Amino acid sequence: MHIYDMIIIGGGPAGYTAALYASRAGFDTVLLEKLAAGGQMTLTGDIDNYPGFDEGVDGFTLGMKMQQSAERFGSKTEYCEVLDVDFSKSLKKVITSNGDLYGKTVVIASGANPRELGIEGEEKLIGKGIHYCAHCDGRFYKDKTVVVVGGGNSAAEDALYLSKLAKKVYLVHRRDKLRATKTYQEALFKSKNIEFLWNSEVIQFISDNRINGVKIKNVTDEIITEFSCDGIFISIGRKPATSFLKNSVNIDENGYIIADESTKTNIEGVYAAGDVRTKALRQVVTAVSDGAVAVHYAEEYISKINDRM
Amino acid sequence: MSVINVSYENFNEIKNSNKTILLDFYADWCGHCRVIAPTIEQIADENPNYIIGKINVDNEPELAQSFEVSSIPLLVVIKDGKITNQSVGAKTKQQILDMIED
Repeated sequence: MHIYDMIIIGGGPAGYTAALYASRAGFDTVLLEKLAAGGQMTLTGDIDNYPGFDEGVDGFTLGMKMQQSAERFGSKTEYCEVLDVDFSKSLKKVITSNGDLYGKTVVIASGANPRELGIEGEEKLIGKGIHYCAHCDGRFYKDKTVVVVGGGNSAAEDALYLSKLAKKVYLVHRRDKLRATKTYQEALFKSKNIEFLWNSEVIQFISDNRINGVKIKNVTDEIITEFSCDGIFISIGRKPATSFLKNSVNIDENGYIIADESTKTNIEGVYAAGDVRTKALRQVVTAVSDGAVAVHYAEEYISKINDRM
Repeated sequence: MSVINVSYENFNEIKNSNKTILLDFYADWCGHCRVIAPTIEQIADENPNYIIGKINVDNEPELAQSFEVSSIPLLVVIKDGKITNQSVGAKTKQQILDMIED
């Protein structure tokens, strides 16, 4: 049985930084990735707030570069899906679609995905009018009518972006004011083709093979109104990818792994890095920082258990 | 066989083939399209019995419209002139092969 020093779950910025630090430290390391390097930033066109790129960098390229940086020192990537974990013993077990792996330490860097509305038919209509990324799919809605759901900064940014392409944008928010910052709000209120639907919730999609409308309920007077639209952009936050962990580590009510800046979870030798961890600021720079910190504490832990042996 | 660049001009010729066709609707600015591009090329190399084509949605708006593309990457499988499967988003090689063979 092969025992890795470190198993890293997830190939985004946190995961590949952990892989870089671990392989440079001489750890026998494997990184498990479902699809391709980069994680969520793959969908980001230009990243202008990651230092070192004076003309910005696109997320896909940055992901590839991070993978290559780690592989330069011998880190390897295994493409598989993590199905389950067993952290009950000091030797940690990770169950994947390619078989079982064993490691002295595990860094969980599985990231997050867009949160769904949870309305019937949603999954079936993805790509047929239901979208989670305005910058990815917005340009297919030139001169059409779209609905944006959400009230935070990302919903505001999506609505603004779409208002420049679409004929009409409805912004549906369940409260009577936005959570988005003042700068966004001013721009939104200035826009001529954005209509706000306050205190409102989407309750049903109207579709025949693809979206052609939506039923919206006003939560104050319970009145339901039908709107015709060509597409719906859902921007109601993110959902951490932690379902495969079940109850193996402590997770908060929103699904994030409970860990402070040390990235240590409640299980010795198991660390949470990047967006999957409870933290104030979720950015590429804070994710890479977590990856390095996790390896620092993992080194401490490994030398401690090696002394014991 | 390598991946064919499909355009409005050569589409009819491809469509009438009796081979199984996989179309990859993509754009240069789309991250997940770039993620699956090497996989699509690999599938084309390993499966000469399929026709594998890629369609740049920015250069071929008519084709994109006729397939009602509203999100990319969009993969479409065509057998005997009929769409048998289609799906949006990045996928693993196995998932793409399953789509073709389904």
